[in-house]
Amino acid sequence: MAQVTRSPKFYDVCIIGSGASGGTAAKILTEGGLNVVMLEAGPPVNPEKDFKEHVWPYQLPHRGAGIGGKASDNFSEFLAPNGSWDIEGEPYTIAEGSRFRWFRSRVVGGRTNHWGRIALRFAPVDFKSRSTDGRGDDWPITYEDVAPYYDKVESYIGVFGTKENVPSAPDGIFMPPPKPRCTETIVKKACDKLNITCIPSRLAIITQPHNGRPPCHYCAQCGRGCISASNFSSSQVMIPYAEKTGRFTLITNAMAREIVVGKDGKAQAVSYIDKPTRTEKKIYAKAFVVGASACESARLLLNSKSMMFPDGLANSSGVVGRYLTDSVGSSGGGVFPQLAKVPPHNHDGVGGMHMYMPWWKFDRKNDFLRGYHIEFGGGRTMPGVGEFGALCDYVEGYGATLKQKCRESYGTYIGFAGRGEMIPNEHSYCEVDPNTADEWGIPVLRFHWQWSDNEIKMARDMQQTFREIVEAGGGTYYSRVTADGPNPYGIEDGGVIIHELGTVRMGNSSKTSALNGYCQAHDVKNLFVTDAASFVTNPDKNPTLTIMALSWRASEYLLDEAKKGNL
Amino acid sequence: MSPTISRRDVLKSLAMSAAATSVLRVIPAQAAEYAHHMIAAEKAAAKNYAPKFFSPHEYKTLQALCQTIIPADADSGGAIEAGAPEFIDLLTSENKDYQRTLGGGLLWLDSTCSDRYEKVFLDCSPEQQKEILDQIAYRKSAMANPTLDPGIEFFSFLRNMTADGFFTSEIGIKYLGYIGSAYLKEFPGCPPVPEA
Repeated sequence: MAQVTRSPKFYDVCIIGSGASGGTAAKILTEGGLNVVMLEAGPPVNPEKDFKEHVWPYQLPHRGAGIGGKASDNFSEFLAPNGSWDIEGEPYTIAEGSRFRWFRSRVVGGRTNHWGRIALRFAPVDFKSRSTDGRGDDWPITYEDVAPYYDKVESYIGVFGTKENVPSAPDGIFMPPPKPRCTETIVKKACDKLNITCIPSRLAIITQPHNGRPPCHYCAQCGRGCISASNFSSSQVMIPYAEKTGRFTLITNAMAREIVVGKDGKAQAVSYIDKPTRTEKKIYAKAFVVGASACESARLLLNSKSMMFPDGLANSSGVVGRYLTDSVGSSGGGVFPQLAKVPPHNHDGVGGMHMYMPWWKFDRKNDFLRGYHIEFGGGRTMPGVGEFGALCDYVEGYGATLKQKCRESYGTYIGFAGRGEMIPNEHSYCEVDPNTADEWGIPVLRFHWQWSDNEIKMARDMQQTFREIVEAGGGTYYSRVTADGPNPYGIEDGGVIIHELGTVRMGNSSKTSALNGYCQAHDVKNLFVTDAASFVTNPDKNPTLTIMALSWRASEYLLDEAKKGNL
Repeated sequence: MSPTISRRDVLKSLAMSAAATSVLRVIPAQAAEYAHHMIAAEKAAAKNYAPKFFSPHEYKTLQALCQTIIPADADSGGAIEAGAPEFIDLLTSENKDYQRTLGGGLLWLDSTCSDRYEKVFLDCSPEQQKEILDQIAYRKSAMANPTLDPGIEFFSFLRNMTADGFFTSEIGIKYLGYIGSAYLKEFPGCPPVPEA
C-alpha cells in the first residue's frame, strides 16, 4: 500500500457514516458551532440524476428488472441508490449453521435514501424490558429521557399521524395523515370486527409545506428517492443543512479502517481508505462519532486494536458485536374479490401504508413475550416486473384467457407483514472473521444467528392473525409457510428485515455495556456510537426515528461536554 | 375542481422553492429532461431491432411465442406491440441462466417439433403448434409424458417474462387500468367499494 497521507487539517469532530445517525449528528454539531468532517464509504448522491421518481417501467430498457434481471434481488431498479445484499469486493461471512443477510448502502444518506419512512416512537415499556418480563436488559435511559428528542426530530423532519392514545405506540408531533386507500378501508373494517387496533400510520412524509420543502404529491414512489424532498432522507434533509453552516467537510468514497488511539487513551484519528486512489489517509479530530450502521460500527471498533485496547476499541466489556438482533418478520396475503369491482382510480397515495396495526395485545397473556405490529399494502399499484409471476404459475396456459385473468386479478391482492421484537440471545452475534479481508484489506464480519422459540411462536401468531384479518374482510388467504424447515411460520432469515442492531449497546455498567446513556464509550470519553448499535432492545418499532432521537441527544451532550472542555 | 395539477406546474413551483431555499439540491427540470432523453433513446431503439442474444431464427420464434402467450385483442395490442421480445432479449443477453433456459428451450422446441412433425416450430401448421403448446403450457402434462419436462420449464419461464414485458409496457399498463404516478395536491381516498 502507498504511503499514509496525513490530513493537514484538525477537526473538532469526525463523523463516520452519513445516514440517519451521522446526518443528525452533522446537523446538530455544525449548527452548534463545531467544525465537522464526515467520512462516507460510498459516492455522493445526486437526486436529480440518481432518483428515478416518475419514471415509468417502459422508460427503462430493463423495465425495472435491472441488468440481467438481477435488480429484484435488491428490491428494484427504481429504488434510490439503495445498496445491496452483496457488495462486490466487500464480502461478509456466515458461520456454519447460521442464516443471515446484511443489507448495506454505500452512498451519501445511506439507507435513508430508500427506507420505508416508518417513524414510530418506542414505548416506555420498551426501555424497561428486564423489569417488565425478566428477559433481556433495561436501557440506562427511559422514555422520558428520549421523548423531548422524539419531539425535536418529528418537528424537524415532519411526520404524519394521529393522536390515538395507544400505550404500545406513543403519540408524537404529527401532520395530518392522508385519507385511506380502498385496501385500507377494507382492512380497517375487518380489524374493527376482530377488535384489532388499526390506525393511521406514522411516516416521515410531509403533508404540509415544511421548512421550504413542498408537501407530498402522492405518487407512491418514496422508495425511489423524492426529488422534492417531501419525505425524509439524511442526504436531503440533514446533510445540506450542515453544509449551509460552512463548518462541514464531506469526504466521500472514504472507507474507515481503524480508529487510532493516542497515548492519553483518547481517540486521536481515523485511518481510512480513499477508494479511488487506493491509498490510506488519516483524519485527526478531538472527538469521533461513529454512525456507520450497527454492524459496520461494531466492525470498525473490533478492527481498532491497540496495546491499550487489545480486544478492540471501547470493548473492555467484550460486548461489541454481541446482542445482535433484527425484527421478527413474517408475511402473507389475500385476494379480496370486492377490490375487483372498484373502478380504476388513482390508488397511489404516499410511498407506504396509510394505516397500520400497532401491537394491540399488550394487555393479554400471549404464548410469547413482547409484541409485533402489522404493515400492509396492495391494490392498484403501478405494475412492475414480477407482478403476475405467481398468477401465471397458478393459472398456467396462454393466450386471451391468461391475459384477461391477469387483468381481473390486478389490484385485488393485499399483502401483510408482521414486524416483531426479538429478544437478544447468545447465539446471535457478529465478530471479525480472522481469515477474510475485503478488497481494502479490512477484516470482514462473520455472522452467527439463531432465532429462539419466542420469535417462532410470534411468527405463528402473525400468520394466524393475517388469516383472520383476510377472512374477516371477505378475502382468501394465501400463504406457503410451513411449521418446520429453516423458516418456520415464514420467519425471515436474520438481517432480512434490515433492522439489525444492538452490537455496541449502552448500559450503566462498563462491565456489561460499551456505551453510557449518551452513546459515549465508557472506555474512551471522546468516542460516541450514535447509530442503532447502541440499542439495548429491538422493540417492534422500526429503529430509524429512535436512531435520530438518540443521535440528536448524544450530539447535544457532546456539544455541552466540548464547551466544558471535558473531551 | 380537479385535484390534479400538471407536471409543468409542479416543476415550476419546485424550481421556485428550490431557488428560495438553495440548500435543497433540487433541479427537477433536469430530471424531467433526463427522463425524456431515455424515452427518446428507447423509441429510436425499437425500430429495426437487432437481437443482442438470439439468432434471427430464434428471435422470430421468440416473437411468435410471446404473441401467443399475450395476444392482441379488442382492448389492446399484444406482447410484440408491448416490446416484450426486446425486453426478453436484452435481459437474456446479460444472464447466463436465462440463456440456458430460453436458448436451450427454443432449441428443445424446434428439435421436438422436428421429431414429431418433421418441421421446426415456425414451419408447423397452426394445429401442430397448438398441439405442442397445449402440452408444454401445463405442468400436469409431465405426468403423462416426462420427456416434456424441459419444454414445460422453458414455457413457464417465458410466460412469466412475457407477462413482465407486457404489463410493464405503456399499453400493458393502460390495459390494466393503472392510474397514477401523478402530481396531486391532495390524495382523494377511495371511491365507494362494492360489498364482497
